[in-house]
Amino acid sequence: MITARHLGKSYGPTAVLEDISFELAAGESLAVLGPNGAGKTTLLRILATLCRPSAGQLMVGGVDALKQPDLARATIGVVAHASYVYEDLSALENLRFWTVLAGGDASPARLRGALAQVELDAVAHDRVRTFSAGMKRRLGLARVVLGRARLLLLDEPFTGLDQRGRKWLHEFLLAFKSAGGAVVVTTHSFPTGVGIADRVAILGGGRLLVDRSCADLGWEDIRRLYDSLTEGYGVTG
Amino acid sequence: MTAYARRAWIVLWKDLLAERRSKENVNALLFFSILLLLLFEFALGPDRERLRAAMPGLLWLGFILAGLLGLGRSFMIERANDCWEGLRLAPGDKSAIYLGKLAGNIVLMTAVELVLIALFGFFYEVDLGPVAGPLAVVLVLGTIGLAAVGTLFAAMTAQVRARELLFPVLLLPVQVPLLLATVSLTQAVLSGQPLFESRHWLQLLAVADLVYVVIGLLTFEFILDA
Repeated sequence: MITARHLGKSYGPTAVLEDISFELAAGESLAVLGPNGAGKTTLLRILATLCRPSAGQLMVGGVDALKQPDLARATIGVVAHASYVYEDLSALENLRFWTVLAGGDASPARLRGALAQVELDAVAHDRVRTFSAGMKRRLGLARVVLGRARLLLLDEPFTGLDQRGRKWLHEFLLAFKSAGGAVVVTTHSFPTGVGIADRVAILGGGRLLVDRSCADLGWEDIRRLYDSLTEGYGVTG
Repeated sequence: MTAYARRAWIVLWKDLLAERRSKENVNALLFFSILLLLLFEFALGPDRERLRAAMPGLLWLGFILAGLLGLGRSFMIERANDCWEGLRLAPGDKSAIYLGKLAGNIVLMTAVELVLIALFGFFYEVDLGPVAGPLAVVLVLGTIGLAAVGTLFAAMTAQVRARELLFPVLLLPVQVPLLLATVSLTQAVLSGQPLFESRHWLQLLAVADLVYVVIGLLTFEFILDA
């Protein structure tokens, strides 16, 4: 699903990412860990085609994402820090907007079903302005549920979610993987964020320090590895 | 409806719905228009003949100043919660988004212009009833041009820190041909001349509209992705 080769990103003389290479197959998930400023969000934005790398090559879903970003975007679903919601529209209206814009089926039953999945059906007609941060995050996830993405890119997706929301998201991501979807999650949350991952990648100082299968590692192993590798790369989150 | 038209329509629907609920732009623009009207009257004095003679220029100056406020804010809604990024990630032809935004701005500008015209007619004692038809033609063509280039520059400056300064600096020079044509045509209409006698201005206006809309459609994707 993703083939990244020697990706780099610099802002002037400052290198944010250097020589990042990895592959992610369909049905596989990758948790990207790293201290603040390690380049996790930048990497996710490059994978989402929202930010152009200064160096390297990127294939997403068999498409050269740097040459044909619009084609690649058809397979990508993003849940970023911001929720992409309009405050003066209701939850249902927001979903209708994004679904029609993506060329999807915006029938009321389908939109209602997505809201029910994220447990927002009771407030379907309420304006998003009245929602908490966690509810907006859930609405952002409902937008992804309605999309036709085969690759999900999630930036700290568990932030702002309560226990039920976390459990739902965990189950949703496992089901998405089982259906052949690929997932990249950036997170600070041990073990919640890493729980759905088949592989763990640790970033430090803009470099990929390790990319290991979770099958070989327990949570404590990952934590120890993270602590030892990121020591000296700034403040850990 | 084609997928392209549905996408343009949903952008228009979203903008109008959000505006109807927040009334952020409409309220500010109407208040601004009334203030303009009073300022023009203070600046030119109580002489009705003088005001009537200056009316075509004042009218379009009022539309453009209101446009600077209204159009300049048209992409602010996309900045909140990073909706701009969501638009970038939406697959498909991005020019549909421009078309939807343009249509929303035309609706908003037309509403403000109608109120402004009614106020001008009332305060400057000009009976606009007999010239409503030709005036509507000039209004529609002028508004399309103003909104087409305004929507494009609003998108271009939306992510820039000095956007309040940059937007008028970009917009006003490009409005010169439109201003020349619309003021001349409005003058002709108000003095009772048939519109076809000023067809060279009408042609200029139509061509400028076409050029601005086509440029907007062709370049919006690059602006959104910049």
